Amino acid sequence: MIRRRTLLATSAAALAAPAVSKAQGVTKLSIYYPIAVGGPIPAIIDGYCKEFQTQTGIEVTPVYAGNYGETMTKAVTAIRGGTGPQLAVLLAAEMHSLQDMDILVSLDELGLDAEGRKWVEGFYPAFLANSRVDGKTWSVPFQRSTAIMYYNKAAFAEAGLDPDKFPRTWAELAAAAAKLTKRDASGRVVRWGVKLASDAGNAQWTFGALANQAGHILMNEAGTETYFNHPKAIEAMAFWRSLAFEHKATPEGISAWPQLSPDFLEGNAAIIQHTTGNLTNVRDKAGFPFGVAGLPGKEGPRTVVGGGNLYFFKQANAAERAAALKFARFLSAPERAADWSIRTGYIGTRPDAYETPALKEYVTKFPPADVARGFLPVAVGELSTFENQRVYKALTDNIQACLNGAKSAAQAMVDTQAEADRILKPYKRA
Amino acid sequence: MAGVRRETLQAWALILPALVLLVAFTHWPAVATLVDSLYTTPKGSRPPRFVGVENYVALMDDPVFWRALHNNAVYALVTIPASVVLALLMALAVNTALPGRPLLRMAYFTPTMLPMIAVANIWLFFFTPDYGLFDRIVGVFGMGRHNWLGDAATALPAMMAVAVWKEAGFFMIFYLAALQAMPPDLKEAASLEGSSRWNFFRRVTLPLLMPTTLFVLVNAVINAFRLVDHVVVMTRGGPDNATTLLLYYIYETGFRFWDTAMAATLTVVLLALLGTLAIFQFGVLGRRVHYR
Repeated sequence: MIRRRTLLATSAAALAAPAVSKAQGVTKLSIYYPIAVGGPIPAIIDGYCKEFQTQTGIEVTPVYAGNYGETMTKAVTAIRGGTGPQLAVLLAAEMHSLQDMDILVSLDELGLDAEGRKWVEGFYPAFLANSRVDGKTWSVPFQRSTAIMYYNKAAFAEAGLDPDKFPRTWAELAAAAAKLTKRDASGRVVRWGVKLASDAGNAQWTFGALANQAGHILMNEAGTETYFNHPKAIEAMAFWRSLAFEHKATPEGISAWPQLSPDFLEGNAAIIQHTTGNLTNVRDKAGFPFGVAGLPGKEGPRTVVGGGNLYFFKQANAAERAAALKFARFLSAPERAADWSIRTGYIGTRPDAYETPALKEYVTKFPPADVARGFLPVAVGELSTFENQRVYKALTDNIQACLNGAKSAAQAMVDTQAEADRILKPYKRA
Repeated sequence: MAGVRRETLQAWALILPALVLLVAFTHWPAVATLVDSLYTTPKGSRPPRFVGVENYVALMDDPVFWRALHNNAVYALVTIPASVVLALLMALAVNTALPGRPLLRMAYFTPTMLPMIAVANIWLFFFTPDYGLFDRIVGVFGMGRHNWLGDAATALPAMMAVAVWKEAGFFMIFYLAALQAMPPDLKEAASLEGSSRWNFFRRVTLPLLMPTTLFVLVNAVINAFRLVDHVVVMTRGGPDNATTLLLYYIYETGFRFWDTAMAATLTVVLLALLGTLAIFQFGVLGRRVHYR
């Protein structure tokens, strides 16, 4: 109680004296942080927090709360209980759901001046695709990635394919994957051509990329409508299904995300669709020459972005909000975005990060690190609606039924749309 | 008069700690759940609204709920008898004089000591298609690949195998304890009478084990609805709800969809189901149990 009153008093004082930095009254913030891939990410974040404290005197305590889903659960539970963090990194695609809970504060309300607005404009537009609605910006891109293809160059050479030319169209991918699929004398597959994740939590991401590859966006910007029964969405689903049932180049049934990296590293899958965030891991463990390429498309490469953004919570007082904004700007400064990208494999969220000497030098030395960025212009935002997780479940269930052979592509998409319509009915405004 | 009152007071004081814990952590949440299930889920600025049994009606129309109920029924009907029979067989095996008996007992009991999350991760490797343990084994016999957890037909049986493996060792301990407590003179008397081993088992051992069996059955039923850790780790209910069990669906509804009213409704249904099963077990089976 005393602390809150002190904070209020100081923030009032800070507002009254414009010469004093607004954030000075606040010395403590806490941020919930999800760990989505392996590696030393907590150590890196701890380092940034320490540096921020030395610069500004504000102590930021990161709470590593599990994966994206668990972090969301914990953050929301804590906030509903009246405590909780001032900011958190959560899935970019959860914007509508978080808004619906009425716990967010937009960047515009945090108090952006002209210079601040210019800073927001400096992010890659693809990374802001899941941040904007009603003319307001609700989150700051941070731990961002895109889907990319990892491919086994040795397997390409063995199958008589050019290891330096990755397929650019669906037809080329299907043909290459069929050639890459290797069977032993008994007909048992010893290497699959391609594997895409279709387990819960990942199927919708894979499908978002495929839909974009067919030239289709799955929802409106307001997050109140979905377009699954569109012929182009059905076409995307049919292509995915055909990789298993016609081309026999990917297993029927479910392929789980956590299994893809081991499959690739074991030589059990020649091509996998995964996140850029996995690059450092694959680089360190692959026992064969591998390549990184953009996703193909029906006619040409198309992909989808993914990952987490920084969200700000309403319950923070004015001084805490200002401090939180300051921390967000600190994290996205070009040198730090560059350092982050080099140490994790996530993409620098702003073009100016790639102008820094450190990142310039790194991508010259290790060109695969720069492949994903080249595909940002053909990337779209993730599937993001109100009741996001429910819509994800409807889509995932139907994708799984389709890949198990229980439903046709058209049936799966029509059923998804019917379920999504039912879920989103309360959000349709006339 | 005053003495009586003091005694009453004393009695209340003695049960107070237990009462407080029971009310706070069992009865109050159960009542609150029932109340919540009659309201809509509060959303942002919209407060909860009383809707009566509307949530229950909506639940009847939810295909995933029926799927989960069906899965759970199959799961219970297979895993309970399988793990109980296996537990009895294992207990009988390690109750006889065998070389290395303590080691064998240990081996049977090991799965029980491992946390379910660890068990699920180990089995995740067993079930890995192509190069997992099971595919390697069936590969030796020239059989093709199996997408154990990714195929709707094999996913639920795979989860049941894990549950039986985990549970049987635990129930074995109770059977073993009961077998050890059985007076040896019964066996001697029976062999003097010229009773066959099978006859002795059927007429003497099994009836004497009935109290243990009832206890084990009650636990097995509860566990069949309570243990979902392996679902979270291995399949998250997929493919297409093939492994969605009731409790997992409650978790999903409550903490992924934040539909607290529907989660409360589901919880009430689960409570009613477990309550009915418990009444049946104690009322019907309990009467047939012979206590010494």
